[in-house]
Amino acid sequence: MNAVASAPAGVLDVAQQSAETAHYRAQDWFVVLRQQGWHTFQSLPMPTRDNEKWRFSDARSLSLDGYAPAPAPTAAQAADLIARSRLISDAAGLIVHVDGHCILKPTLSAELVAQGVVFESLEDAVRTRPALLQEHLLKHPVLLGSDKFAALHRAWLRAGYVLHVPKGVEVKQPFVSVTWTLTDDVAVFPHALIIADERAVADIHDFHLSAKADQRALAISAVDIHAGTGSQVRRLAVQAWGSATQSFQVDNTCGGRDALISSVNAAVGSRRARLENCVRIDGEGADVRLYGISVATGEQEFDQRTLQIHAAGHAKSDLLFKNALLGKARTIFSGLIKVAPEAQRTDAYQTNRNLLLSPDAEADSLPGLEIEANDVKCSHGATTGQIDPAELFYLRARGIPLAVAQELLAQGFLEEVLAKVGHEQAAAAVREMLRLKFHQA
Amino acid sequence: MSDSLVINNLHASIGDRPILKDFSLTVPKGEVHAIMGPNGTGKSTLSKVLAGHPDYSVQSGEAFLDGEQIIGLEPDVIARAGLFLAFQYPSEIPGVTIANFIRAAIVARQAKGAPFDAKAYYAELYAKMDALKMDRKFTGRFVNEGFSGGEKKRCEILQLMMLKPKYAVLDETDSGLDIDALRIVSEGVNAMRGPDTGFLVITHYQRLLEYIVPDRVHIMWDGRIVHSGGKEVALELEAKGYDWVKTELASA
Repeated sequence: MNAVASAPAGVLDVAQQSAETAHYRAQDWFVVLRQQGWHTFQSLPMPTRDNEKWRFSDARSLSLDGYAPAPAPTAAQAADLIARSRLISDAAGLIVHVDGHCILKPTLSAELVAQGVVFESLEDAVRTRPALLQEHLLKHPVLLGSDKFAALHRAWLRAGYVLHVPKGVEVKQPFVSVTWTLTDDVAVFPHALIIADERAVADIHDFHLSAKADQRALAISAVDIHAGTGSQVRRLAVQAWGSATQSFQVDNTCGGRDALISSVNAAVGSRRARLENCVRIDGEGADVRLYGISVATGEQEFDQRTLQIHAAGHAKSDLLFKNALLGKARTIFSGLIKVAPEAQRTDAYQTNRNLLLSPDAEADSLPGLEIEANDVKCSHGATTGQIDPAELFYLRARGIPLAVAQELLAQGFLEEVLAKVGHEQAAAAVREMLRLKFHQA
Repeated sequence: MSDSLVINNLHASIGDRPILKDFSLTVPKGEVHAIMGPNGTGKSTLSKVLAGHPDYSVQSGEAFLDGEQIIGLEPDVIARAGLFLAFQYPSEIPGVTIANFIRAAIVARQAKGAPFDAKAYYAELYAKMDALKMDRKFTGRFVNEGFSGGEKKRCEILQLMMLKPKYAVLDETDSGLDIDALRIVSEGVNAMRGPDTGFLVITHYQRLLEYIVPDRVHIMWDGRIVHSGGKEVALELEAKGYDWVKTELASA
């Protein structure tokens, strides 16, 4: 142990990574997975801005130095954060992590257990459900640029959860995961593996939060969603890490025949946050809705990269990302719709709307289409603008002060996406986070 | 004069184009005055200038709400001082519900930090919506979004009734209204008539004044009032047409 202690500590330290991997000796497949992650991470360069996938990003300021795993929280800290995690009162189950340690395991109703629903920590599932995990865990390619970060995620994979809803089981209440950072300079690698079998129905709410507002941390999260034939998967992901966090989210979804998939990604936290959201439609008749919403303030950078892949025909995908920017904030939206030659009768849309609330804010938009089929309906659009002066005057003519009027209009701009959350309490929680963001700006 | 809306010698322009030219008018509280005039004569400009619209500049003149000078003040300050403008073309405000919109306007009038009585607010809102024959579901709809012309104007009158200004300027409230909507809107205004409120009703047509019967009628031409009288002036104008204004009044 002395040799380890004298080595450079942290997530870039091979000895520390190996030592943690050694805990999984009994699950050799998982050891291999982590080792592969480490080797891939070592072999890849850090991204630079001349890479098309990082265009407009402030790649120069990317740094992975100085972040380390943190010990489990004290009982008192855990109790406090569990209490603060009860955001959704009708949750089907709640799982809570702090600094990468699972501090609350979900308790499912006897009915859900009897139906075969699995909602448990990744760490438990690695031991108890190797077959399920080996089939589904991290099987998607990372296509949107964060290969190196995704590899580090794989190398340190431990935190997170597995949700498996078996064939024909419909769960109306949301499964809720709350992931906290608590210790400054902690590195966390939360993972969500969501498997909805044929005709299964599942609703997931993921909250990424920090115990304090200015938390310094590195968060590299990944999501694998497997939506089977005729399944319905609805997910809300809230990125509200502390303001000194670097966040990377690599979301991958594949949708089977007639699957209904909807995701809302809400972002308020972090100093820089990159979201890569890739959806692959493998089955005909699938219907995918991707929504994004953010309020960027100060010197925040929100970097959104999306990819809608239509590999099967007669399917629909629709994307709407809305950003409100204050201060010197920057957002980048880069979205691509790819339609394979065999994916005839595709309906695919993509819209990015940015509201600039400050002259110093900047929103870049890079929409794109790559269509190889000839019988499709595809469109993309992007707008960046300011508050409509006529709307502003209307509110002020009712006595509403300028700052309040601007906030109301900006919130109204974002409401279109909040309406897609489909769960009133969750939407209210996000609405409140957005509101607070305006007030802190 | 401390109990009136008083406009003295107002000159205002948009860009380089003068629109209000030495405009003067006094509306005592408790009275309903109508301004009639052809298109392009400055009626809507008057309402916007009074409300503090930033696109218009005032070269000279004053306007007083119960003695308080309002020209040059910010639009929200003017509104809180007690002036309400019912818009000819109310804006659509996506994502902001009527309930939240009116609530924000009321909160803006309360002392800072004063508690907001949500129960009393909704009771009053529902009562006034019932009076205007508005479906209560409208509280959750986004302001004016997808509303018909009549629904927009009813929404304006709902705001007027909720905010209870000292003076209300109704800018062509009759435009785009069918006869039923016109009657409902007029009933709303008439219900508010009383010693605490003064009205300035701007209209192109005499029709509205059959429902909201004015105490005084003023005829506007080329940026100022050229003729004033009782409610019979509206009928006279209807009979003689705007050519009468042009040939006989404007040159006077």
